[in-house]
Amino acid sequence: MPGVFRGRPVISKEQVDEDKLRSLCPTEAITGSPISIDIGKCTFCGECSFAFPGKIHFTTDYKIATNDRKRLIIQQGDDYPFELNPDLIRNEISEMFHGSLKLRQVCAGGDNSCELELNACSNVNFDMGRFGIEFVASPRHADGIVITGPITENMAESLQICYDATPDPKIIILAGVDAISGGIFAGSPALNRQFLENHKIDLFVPGNPIHPLTFINGILELIRERND
Amino acid sequence: MDYINLKNNGSIPLSSIPELEYDRFLSSNVFELMTVKHTHCVNYYGFPDNGKIRLICCIANDDTHLINVSSTTVVPGKQYASFTAQNLSFERFEREIHENFDIGYHDHPWLKPLRYAHNRVDKTKTIANYPFYSIASEELHEVGVGPIHAGIIEPGHFRFICNGEQILHLEIQMGYQHRGIEQLFLEKKNLSQRVTLAESITGDTVVGHTTAFVNLWESLCGYKAETDLKFERTLALELERIAVHTGDLSGMCTDIAYQLGSSVFGRLRTPIINYFQQWCGNRFSKSLIRVGRSNFPFTEDLAATLTKVFDAYEPDFKEMCKELFRMPSALSRFEKTGVVSEEDVRKIGTVGLSARMNGVSRDIRLSHPHDLYSEIDHKPIVKHHGDVYSRAQMRRQEISQSMDYIRTMMTNLPEISTNRPELQSPEANTFAITLVEGWRGEICHCAITDGIGELRHYKIKDPSFHNWLALAIAVRNNEISDFPISNKSFDLSYSGHDL
Repeated sequence: MPGVFRGRPVISKEQVDEDKLRSLCPTEAITGSPISIDIGKCTFCGECSFAFPGKIHFTTDYKIATNDRKRLIIQQGDDYPFELNPDLIRNEISEMFHGSLKLRQVCAGGDNSCELELNACSNVNFDMGRFGIEFVASPRHADGIVITGPITENMAESLQICYDATPDPKIIILAGVDAISGGIFAGSPALNRQFLENHKIDLFVPGNPIHPLTFINGILELIRERND
Repeated sequence: MDYINLKNNGSIPLSSIPELEYDRFLSSNVFELMTVKHTHCVNYYGFPDNGKIRLICCIANDDTHLINVSSTTVVPGKQYASFTAQNLSFERFEREIHENFDIGYHDHPWLKPLRYAHNRVDKTKTIANYPFYSIASEELHEVGVGPIHAGIIEPGHFRFICNGEQILHLEIQMGYQHRGIEQLFLEKKNLSQRVTLAESITGDTVVGHTTAFVNLWESLCGYKAETDLKFERTLALELERIAVHTGDLSGMCTDIAYQLGSSVFGRLRTPIINYFQQWCGNRFSKSLIRVGRSNFPFTEDLAATLTKVFDAYEPDFKEMCKELFRMPSALSRFEKTGVVSEEDVRKIGTVGLSARMNGVSRDIRLSHPHDLYSEIDHKPIVKHHGDVYSRAQMRRQEISQSMDYIRTMMTNLPEISTNRPELQSPEANTFAITLVEGWRGEICHCAITDGIGELRHYKIKDPSFHNWLALAIAVRNNEISDFPISNKSFDLSYSGHDL
């Protein structure tokens, strides 16, 4: 992973001005005392670690997708790789999709950065096609939907229609900070995130935008064969 | 004087903008300014002012390098004569003023809903019940595409009226991406929140819109960006141009089913955006550009790495271009497809790539230079056929041109400033404007502060705002199977339009 990639953060026990630290975050991802970071709200801008390098450090660990929303909240002192919670994975996911997963992408207010990265997942560099993972042109052909963007009011109905048109069994993946928590748009009256209240999410992929390696590794973990 | 003029990144007291009677405002902007050569409207919008609506019109003069600003006051619910009836380039601006403020225009050719903004006046109209233009005929049929598209792209609805394979008419409906950004700029008051919003206007033009925001904010705060900041912004802007143009060439090859071109240009984009990641940790350069500082100074090591990236990129890029641009099967899809005539380009008032593709040299880097562009002897690349081929050639040539500019810039790295002055608060009761040539074309942000220097109004204009109509015209009389390649050859922004 080239350069100064900001992946999974770790929070040390160093004493700092916690009010100042919390106020630095554009999306209020940093809360609590002791400090925790919700990477479902994090834009990975790094401002917290520039101001308090001894307190917050972003590792280059890009395997930060998970199926448990609570797991996205990094507590002070946590420094271990993400795992998916096997109890939250329905049997049919590993039975039916471990060798082939067709996905329908729904952009519901995404700014095009996550969409470009999802396209990159299929290019010759990242090539998720070799694992049987592809994006398809119709919900009828799909095993699940990948949502990007904070879900605008104007896309809410189309999103629901697309999801309803996808045959069972199906999964829902949220890609990017905007989809997971609304990101910087959280609270905007132009959004309608009701869909997320009504459906269970099978995979959360953090990032701003997601990195293709985060997405692909997250899916591989979700769909791999499980013997239990 | 009917207007006040200022340079790009200038700021003036709001009260110094002349306030005219509406009829004089109309004639001054449409008849006088628009008959002067090389002028174009860069922004025209309204904001609430004491129960009425204040309209601000900004007309850039590319010869004098000045922007002429004038204003008027209008009353919601009343009817006025439109600018658009005299000059089509104002059509979308007036649709927005109508949608957001219920200003009536009795002679506007088509007051079509613009984006179904959450704060629009008429909420009985929704994006689901829009009545598309239709023709009663047994021989014609309608094809509806979107909002969710086959490929992974942003949502928008395209309604075609076709005679067999031939497209007679395309109507585009947007608004699906509307997130309420301009309102959020006012509500989220931290600078870190605002710069994050700027980065998220459209994620494929992070450098363009963020540079516009930081230049505007620094202007409001009286902060003169040091050379090293200007250097980083200019270099990043040109690098973003290279990255997206490469991706566009890949997309165009996909749309004509040329697998080799699609794969090679696709993989050539990777080292460019991986370089952004090396520089600032993000492949789209989110977090790179900040007001009055830089978290990622451009060092000698970074310059050396970029040189290596370019040295590896260039021979493969040239070879792939040579293959693509002499292949008869590719050329037969590109040439004479998706044509917009020079007359239509001028009438619609397109900007950037969508103007230079047929004879209209509009380029902020030359006409209203900012950052280090005054030191670059920039020659805009202009084509003359207005077809997919012209737009593809533009990508090819602009990539080489941008690479040359960056190489030249890197022979003279500025010193990294270690003692930046503290950022002051924004000036009160001030109007400021910024223009940046993003890879699509001219970006314009305008800000107005209130009596305590807080943001009172923020207006964003993405170049796509001007250009979507050109796509609708371009596909007329083409086969519907040429729609994807025509669309990709423009590659306009949905999120930038919808905000």
